[in-house]
Parts: sequence; C-alpha cells; structure tokens
Amino acid sequence: MSAISKGALILGFAFLYAPIAVLVVYSFNASALVTVWGGFSTRWYGVLLSDGPLMAAALVSLRVALASALIATVMGTLAALALTRSGRFPGRALFTGLVHAPMVMPEVIAGLALLLLFVGLGLDRGIATIVIAHATLATGFVAVVVGARLKGLDPSLEEAARDLGAGPVRVFLTVTLPLAAPALTAGFLLAFTLSLDDLVVASFVSGPGATTLPMRLYSQIRLGVNPEINAASTLLIGVVTVVALTASRLMGRDARPGQGA
Amino acid sequence: MTPRPRLLRLLPVLPFLWLGAFFLLPVLITLKISLSEPATAQPPYLPVLDWSTGPQGWAHFLEALDFANYETLANDSLYRDAALSSLSLAAVATLILALVGTPIAHAMARAPAKVQPVLVALVIVPFWTSFLIRIYAWIAILKPEGLLSAGLMRLGLVDRPLEILGTQAAVLVGLTYAYLPFLVLPLYAVMAKADPRLREAAADLGASPTRVFWTVTLPLARHGLVAGALLCFIPMVGEFIVPDLLGGSDTLMLGRVLWSEFFSNRDWPLASAVAILLLVIVVGPIVVFREAETRRGEAAR
Amino acid sequence: MTVPTPTLLRIAGLTKRFGAFTAVDDVSLDLAPGEFVCLLGPSGCGKSTLLRLVAGFEAPTSGTIHLGADDLAALPAHRRPVNMMFQSYVLFPHLSVGRNVGYGLKGLGFGRGAIAERIATLLRLVRLEGFEARLPETLSGGQRQRVALARALAREPRVLLLDEPLGALDRALREETQGELRALQRRLGTSFVVVTHDAGEAMTMADRIGVMRGGRLVQIGTPADLYERPADRFVAALLGDVNLVDGRIAGRGEGAHRVEAGFGPFDVATSDRAWAEGEAVVVALRPERIDLAQADPATRLSGTVADRTYLGDRIRYGVRLSDGTLIRVMRPAASAFVPGDTVAVDIDPRAAAILPP
Repeated sequence: MSAISKGALILGFAFLYAPIAVLVVYSFNASALVTVWGGFSTRWYGVLLSDGPLMAAALVSLRVALASALIATVMGTLAALALTRSGRFPGRALFTGLVHAPMVMPEVIAGLALLLLFVGLGLDRGIATIVIAHATLATGFVAVVVGARLKGLDPSLEEAARDLGAGPVRVFLTVTLPLAAPALTAGFLLAFTLSLDDLVVASFVSGPGATTLPMRLYSQIRLGVNPEINAASTLLIGVVTVVALTASRLMGRDARPGQGA
Repeated sequence: MTPRPRLLRLLPVLPFLWLGAFFLLPVLITLKISLSEPATAQPPYLPVLDWSTGPQGWAHFLEALDFANYETLANDSLYRDAALSSLSLAAVATLILALVGTPIAHAMARAPAKVQPVLVALVIVPFWTSFLIRIYAWIAILKPEGLLSAGLMRLGLVDRPLEILGTQAAVLVGLTYAYLPFLVLPLYAVMAKADPRLREAAADLGASPTRVFWTVTLPLARHGLVAGALLCFIPMVGEFIVPDLLGGSDTLMLGRVLWSEFFSNRDWPLASAVAILLLVIVVGPIVVFREAETRRGEAAR
Repeated sequence: MTVPTPTLLRIAGLTKRFGAFTAVDDVSLDLAPGEFVCLLGPSGCGKSTLLRLVAGFEAPTSGTIHLGADDLAALPAHRRPVNMMFQSYVLFPHLSVGRNVGYGLKGLGFGRGAIAERIATLLRLVRLEGFEARLPETLSGGQRQRVALARALAREPRVLLLDEPLGALDRALREETQGELRALQRRLGTSFVVVTHDAGEAMTMADRIGVMRGGRLVQIGTPADLYERPADRFVAALLGDVNLVDGRIAGRGEGAHRVEAGFGPFDVATSDRAWAEGEAVVVALRPERIDLAQADPATRLSGTVADRTYLGDRIRYGVRLSDGTLIRVMRPAASAFVPGDTVAVDIDPRAAAILPP
C-alpha cells in the first residue's frame, strides 16, 4: 500500500478517534479543566454513579432502546421480506419510499411531525411515544441491513426446501430465518444504538418523567462543561464498543455460509 | 413466475400500516398545522379539528387555515438567511467530506483483504458511540481554552488563543466529523467491489498511479461517491446538534430555527412551516438519492 | 402381443413462456417406471426449465404434467411426489449432513428413531457412513454431491429429477460416478430424469435420451436409435463424430435409397421414411463405419488420404474424395495408410442415415 494511502488512513482514523481519546483520557483527569492535568483519578466515575437523575435517565434510555429495537427489528424484517420476496404489489413504490425516507430525513422534521401526531391524537407523551418514534425511524435501517442479506441468499436454498416437502411457513422458519439471523441481530443492535443515541426526536416527543440519557446530558452540556460527562461518555463508549464489535463479527461471519452450498 | 402464495402478499401490510400511521400521517398533520395560527391553549394552535362538528364544522375549519406562517417565512430575512446558510454549510461540508473521505475509502479498499473488515469495524465504532458526546468533545478541543489552541500555542505556531468555537468553521469541522462514516462506508463498499484487474490493465498501458486513480478508480466509484454525498448532504441541511453546540449566533441553520421556534417561542405553527420548508428543500435531493440507489443496484448486477 | 409399457410420468404439450421468450415449446414425453432418461442439449435449450416445471418451481404456460393419475400442475412444489437434485447441490449450510438428509422426512409421521435410521441407511447407500454430524462446508465436492443425492432420495420419490448432477466433478470422478448412479437407479427402481449437456454421459447412463434444442424436444429414443437414426443433422452431430455430406436422391430400391453425392453414388438403407427422387438431402456417415481398402479401379468411390492421426487405439484419417469433400474415417490401429495414398472408400448402407437438409 502506498505511503499516501497509509498516511490517509492514519490521519483519517486519528481524526475519527481524537474526540474519543480526549473524552477517555480526561475522564480520568482529577482536575476539572481540560488544559490542566491534575493527576489520574476516578472521582468523576464516583460522581457519575451517584448522580441520581443521570442514572435514572440512563435506565429510561435502556428501556426505550430495548423496546423500540424489538419493534423496529420486526417491522424492518417484514419490510425487507416484502421488498425482496413479494414481487410487485400495489403501492410498492410508496412502500419503498416510506421505508427508506426516515433514514435520510432530518430529525427535526420527524420529531416535530410525530409530536404533532401525538398531540392531535390526544396521547400522553412519555416513554411509549419515544418508543414509537424510535421504532419508526429505525425500521428503515433494519430493512436495509436484513434486505441486503436476503438478497445475497441463494434462492435455490428455499426451492430445495420446498422440493423436500416444506410448506412456506416451514421454509421461512427453518431455512430463511436461520440464514438471515446474523443480519437480524445486526439490525437489532443498530436500532438499539440509534435509539440510545437520539437527542432531537426524543426531545420533541417525550413527556414528564421520561427523560432519556442524551436529553439529560444535553441539558447539562448547555450549563457548561462538566467532567462527570467525560466519565459517562467513556462508559457509554465502552458498552457500545463491545456491542458494535459483536455485531461486526456477526456481519462478517454471515458472509460465508450463504456461499458454501 | 412461481405462483405467489397469499402469505407473501400480506407481508408488507403491517409495516405499511405502521409507517403510514407514524410517518406519512405526521407529515400531513405538520402540513396542516403549518397553516394554523398559534394560540395560548392546549394544544397551542388554532383551529383544532373537531370531528364531531360534521361537514359544516369541517368547512369552517378549512376556512380558518391560511398561509400566514409562510408569508412570515418569505418576508422575514431570518428564515431566508437560515435556509441559504443551511444549504451552503451542508454543501461545503459535503465537499470537504468528499475530499477527505475519498482518500480514506480508497486506502481502505487497497488494504490487504484480511485487514479490511477490521478497518470497517474501526470506522463503525465511533459512529455507534454517542453522537452528542463526541460533538461535546469537540467543544473541549476547539474552545479558546481548549486543547487545539493550547497545543498550537505550545508549539509556537500561534501566539493567541484561536476563536474557532462559535464560528462557521467549527460547525464545518463538526459536520465533517459527524458524517465522515456516512461517506466513507458506501464509497468503500463500491471501491472494494471493483475488479483490481482494471487497475492492472491501466498500469500495464503506462498510466501512473495518479492517472489510474483519476481515470479508472474514481469514475468506476462515482455511484458510491454520489450515494455517500447525498446520504450526508440531506440530513446535514436540517442538522441541529452540531450548529447548536459548536456554532454561534451567526451560524443560522434551519434545524436550530425550528427548534427555537418550537421550544423557545412556543410557536408550533411557525415551527411546522419551517419543517415543511425544510422538507421541500430536501425532497429534491431525496428523489435524486433514490434514483442513484436504484441505478447503483442495477449497475452492481 | 406386446404388453404396453405403463407410463409413470406423462408430459403433454408442455409450454413455458417468459414474456416473449419461449423456454419450453410444446414438449411431450412419457416416462416409464424404473426408466433412466437423459435430457440432452446445449445450454439454453430448455432442459433445466423442463425439469423445474416438473418439480413445481415454474408454472406452465400451457400443457399438462401427470404422475400416474395425479395432475401435478395442480400441486405446489412441496406437495409433489417428485424430488430434485440441484446442479449446485444447494445443501443447507447451517444444517449438518444428517439434518440435510433428514430435512424432507419431517412431517411424514416418522418417529425420531425411524428418521435417524433412515438417514443412516441413506448415507450408507451413498457411501458416506458416519457423516451425520459433519457440516457441508467441510466436505469435498464429490461428498457434497452424494449428500445432495441422499437428501433427494429420502422421501422415496417415484421420479427423481437431477440437474447436471455430475457437472461439477472432475473427469475421473465423473466417469466413476456415472456407473454408480446407474447402478443405484437400477437398485432403487426409481425413475430418473437427468439433465446433461454431455453426450457421452447420456450415452453411458440412459435407457432413453431426449435431445432438446430451442425449447423443443427434437428426438427421443434409445442411444442406439439416436446414434444410428438421428432425426436431423443437429442430433447427428451431438452424439459422436459424424460426417455430413450433401447429396440428392437418385433412386429407390428395396429397403434402400441411392444417393448421388458430389463424389459419387452410394446406397443407404432406410426403414422409416420414403424420400422422393431428386430430393436434396444430407447423409450422416459415422467415421468408424466407413471402410478403406487399397485403390481399385472397380470401386465407385475413391479418395486420397490427406492426413493421419494416431490415437493409440485407433487411427483417424482425413480422406479427400473426388469432388474435394473431406471426410473423417476411423480405422483400427493396424491400418497402415499414409497421406498421399489413394484408397477405395466403402460406405456400409446400414451405417448411414438420410437427414433433411
């Protein structure tokens, strides 16, 4: 690989990881100031863990992420199946648009629009509305991930199963689903992370008692730099890194079985 | 055509209903609200459609709708400036991304095959760690008392703290940082699929590595570049977090405008009008994006 | 009195169109129980599509398929008592060999023990005893092929469809497997329909060969029928080496026609069709049934040896006849003509076939 390419990679990854490195390093900085190194300390982690509202917000975020990721995985998988298997059906173009549009749409539009819907329906805003919103936005991502895997599956595998006497339901449960499972898991993890990470939409559609972690962090950031946030971010980064590496391993692994027939 | 079991036709129904109810319908409602006026009531807008009032009530309802909010948007230079500023910042950021991201994607595609999945994972991991927090980290780096200024002063390159935070420059850095994976990954995916023998043939015919890149590699990857660029540009236009945390009072973007109309001014109808304006602006690029994706899918086959 | 052969599979007037393209064109074919039939033809001739129609993966545009008394077209693929062995084997990558083979046995009412026993029997049949726990990705090509075969036989179908079963194997393995496949079929008594593009393979294994071209079934018959009495020049050229010479019918005698070719007249024995005098025809001459002898002024056909190729067990000559036509002649290894020799060419009337031009 040429020197230019190597240089591009190093600079690129340095750029990507610079803020993360800053956060991690300074989460252990005894001093609250960024430019002063006060020695290694874990006191901010202590402050973090005893920060009631922050911990409560973290719990809310986890619950919302779990619920919305589950819904998004089901919806997204159904959508992916429909787009790859159902051929032409009435409204297919509109359906494709509805599935893919939320992925690129600016979040402020989605957030406002959903809030107006909930208000119009008279729904109380809270955890349920955030779950609905997150599920709606993540469905498209799951559909793309699962759809890519379904497209890569050899269609003869399903034919062989049918030839051996399996009805459509059995074909789906014993052949299609197991072979698509890694993509479903990756899609779930993607939806989970998107939910954990979301600030804008949650701000619009949440209600009293339903403060998510990003919402809490944002309000603290507005008040000024807070070293406790470094600790929170490092922990978050640690958790998400483990999850992301697992998902990457799964996506990498499922590249092989579909071709080995 | 294999006979399609009825089950297959039912598959899209549930997602269709969900997305129709929670995506399409809300957008239509936003349109309606943008035609309303603010009120000190719950909900804070008028008129409110009461289904029980019958056709006469509905006619009365339709009469009360007007384009007052859109007139405000058109007349007040704030919104015009915000729209232009959003578009130009997004365009410049996308351009920078293309310049910065292409060498990275190219380098990744040329890396040894065993290393590539690791590189992809390394690009994805930051994307999956909190967006909000990573932008927050840039505050620590870019502020006058922050790491960048301190580092440059220590190195003797500047003698005064840099005023980057709160300017358009900071917003550009933030946007570039935030959307880098969205450009690099689709572009890498296309470049990795290219037949290496095409490059070899070009080199065999006497082309230098630079010429090979410009005349063979890049043209072949243009679908990936276009897809990645649109994937970044469209959400950037309505971006809120980056300009809010890294920008200042002179960095007007439609995302922030919408937010402040909604949360600070409690003017829901006006915020809705801004949302519709934003939607109209991005609809064009979205259609182009969909077309590019379809063409990319067909080219791959 | 001849006992009529019972028909197991009856295909009548089967046509399949994809838009403007006709993949299978009015094909009719009867398959007897225990029969081994090969569908032979170049790629794109429709043989694989025909197989898929019988298996149920495509719906016919018109025509019928009957298995015994049952109308197969009314049944979806998973309910037809026929099974298919796919060209690329298509083993389920996430299931072990045992589960692959036993996949079709679920839902038939067998108990767990009975299924396990049947799987073991099938694996023994294809000489893969003890492979139950292995995964497809750990097997060689030949082993995967045998698992695919075992899996397709599990449900004891009355008709087994095989799509280029030996295509992916190397030459030596292919020849060995041809014999095994044939022996297996005879032992099981199942009717086999094998699609292949390899004429030699078809000749070795099949009871009857159906030649397909452009979606049509051009000719169906025993290997001997097709070799000695091809219906047209396409079939003639498909099976073995053949010389195709143009000529005109000069007369008709008892059981034979006289053909006048550019290089002279010769007789061709015919049993089925009567050709009119003066009709332009093509005659198929098999190289190994042409005799060469020392030049003799009394013979009507003579030629000059143009080239000689030593093939170990035979000699292949190129012989130029009086009008310049070059024909191929195969002689035993002892034949000693050399290029330049003048030879007398003798065409055995029973070894030639008259074909439409």
